[in-house]
Amino acid sequence: MSWLPVLSVLVPLTTAVLGLAASGSARVQRGLTLFGSTVFLAVALALLSAVWQHGPVAAQMGDWAAPFGITLIADTLSAAMVLITAITGLACAVYAAGDIDDGRRRQGFYPMLQFLLAGVSGAFVTGDVFNLYVWFEVMLISSFALMSLGAGRRQIDGAVKYVALNLVSTLLFLAAIGLLYGMTGTLNFADLHGAVQEVDNPGLLAAVAVMFLVAFGIKSAVFPLFFWLPASYHTPPMAIAAVFSGLLTKVGVYALIRIFTIVFTDEALGDHFAYVQGLLLWIAGLTMVTGVLGAACQSDIRRILSFHIISQIGYMVMGLALYTTLGLVGAVFYLLHHIVVKANLFLVAGVIERLTGSFELKRIGGLYAVSPLLAVLFLIPAFSLAGFPPLSGFWAKFVLVRAGLEVESWWIVAAALVVGLLTIFSMTKIWGEAFWKPHPGGTAALSLPAGRRAGVAVGPLVAPIAALALITITIGLFAQPLYLLAERAAAELLDPTAYITAVFGSLPVEPAVVEPTPAAEAP
Amino acid sequence: MQSLILRTATRLVVALMLIFSLFLLWRGHNLPGGGFIGSLVAATAFALYSMADGPAAVRRALRIDPRLIAVIGLMTALIAGLWAALAGVPFLTGLWNKIPLGEGAELPLGTPLLFDIGVYLTVLGGVLSLLLALEESEVDDDRLD
Repeated sequence: MSWLPVLSVLVPLTTAVLGLAASGSARVQRGLTLFGSTVFLAVALALLSAVWQHGPVAAQMGDWAAPFGITLIADTLSAAMVLITAITGLACAVYAAGDIDDGRRRQGFYPMLQFLLAGVSGAFVTGDVFNLYVWFEVMLISSFALMSLGAGRRQIDGAVKYVALNLVSTLLFLAAIGLLYGMTGTLNFADLHGAVQEVDNPGLLAAVAVMFLVAFGIKSAVFPLFFWLPASYHTPPMAIAAVFSGLLTKVGVYALIRIFTIVFTDEALGDHFAYVQGLLLWIAGLTMVTGVLGAACQSDIRRILSFHIISQIGYMVMGLALYTTLGLVGAVFYLLHHIVVKANLFLVAGVIERLTGSFELKRIGGLYAVSPLLAVLFLIPAFSLAGFPPLSGFWAKFVLVRAGLEVESWWIVAAALVVGLLTIFSMTKIWGEAFWKPHPGGTAALSLPAGRRAGVAVGPLVAPIAALALITITIGLFAQPLYLLAERAAAELLDPTAYITAVFGSLPVEPAVVEPTPAAEAP
Repeated sequence: MQSLILRTATRLVVALMLIFSLFLLWRGHNLPGGGFIGSLVAATAFALYSMADGPAAVRRALRIDPRLIAVIGLMTALIAGLWAALAGVPFLTGLWNKIPLGEGAELPLGTPLLFDIGVYLTVLGGVLSLLLALEESEVDDDRLD
């Protein structure tokens, strides 16, 4: 069982390495990737079921006891995030079969995708801040490679902005880690939980907390720090953009949730906690509003969707900022539902471009007549994003609004509701322009050549879209299981006793059972 | 760069550096050194060689594509970590196997060394594929002028 957290990193990593070894044949690489992604999904399911049955599962690398060694640990939140990562990874790997051109495949698209998944998964199961940084770097490097594959001029432009701004974030992150280590002498989450409460300098601790907030804020694209996202996300092919939009910013949100529930808690920060919480609440509100307004004035589908990522991040931060059980339930629910929906919208956008020849709303139209199925498949994630009942987004927003009302934080509730309305505006704009309006080039421009061209490869494109849409509907109609999952995740976050026992409880009771240690045996 | 002095000196220095890099790899287990440092020294040796004789000579000397070296290295490191699964201990746990050399002496061989060799090959392959790609694009540019 303790191998499960390790396997959730090792499976994508091994798939990537085998994929690199098979770089001569794109077909072998594709087969390997599909196989590896399926195994990854199975491991993620096993991990979640183990965590559900036995509580947090920890593994000590190299048998070095925590807090001295490297700990991998999965609690309910981590396990659920790994599962969603595996689902998104598999969907995009299938979609890529019809979307990614031969040139990008030869340059190593498939292995890079798996490296990215390993990085994301590693960030979710790591048990210490420094390895969180390491996995962030793995993600950054592989996403930079994915973004610049093919090396179009616009793509390189986007990739450089992306990397430059993310490097600022990782640098700040590293500096904050150094300061934290200086104050506490440990970097293990479970160990930090107690250690920060003994730091006799709440002011300095709060300053470090804000440094982490800024570093993760850049990663998750919150209000004043989001500018890298719309500058880069519209450039790569949609299979890549879907993975990015689904997973990357959400790792930032996950890191925020993790660090503010186990390290910088209200007990650790004391009087300064209210300040940080207020800051988070303002950030949440402004992120929602600016994101949705940014989307309203765009006319490229990819840019509209990119700005909506930002606005949706606001909701998740709102859940964290409320810092109540219900708020965290909302944040976790939102996080899980949103990854599926957002990745799916990008995948749909790819098919729209395939059928009409453009992402620009002014130049496309008439899709409803050509493909009613696609229209339905677009409506499901789009309405879910806006929060229509009975889709998954409705429940996510419902829980958050309830949580906001509970603590009488009226203005953030108002912002959440208004932003939901404006999201409908953006989604109906895409609907009206792309699906209902006749194609500006006449129906001939659309249905004949493009339709036939799309008919060839549309199978692998539509299958993952339909599968993700099905997940959205299932969450919407049967929200209770996911709600229970989110509730348990939130309870574990607010009371990390189980997490800490899992990390330290797996210490070997008798030192004698340990294999001869390298230090004692080596020449 | 065409320089008789550089080429003659390189021939001597490269051999020394490669031996030194292996020495660093070996001693790195308990003393300063290790796979990462060792491979950087080896990569420096090949960089020097490519300055003196050109990237094509380096590729000939390596015999295999540096990217493949990196892949082999990654696999070696993974195997070293997974070895622990056979013994039923956590991932990456160091396992030791002593080979008796007679007269009471023994040679301990373990997975940490295997892991270090994996790191060595990965870094060497990675650095060299970057380096050679850059050098070769420079050669192309020269030809264009």
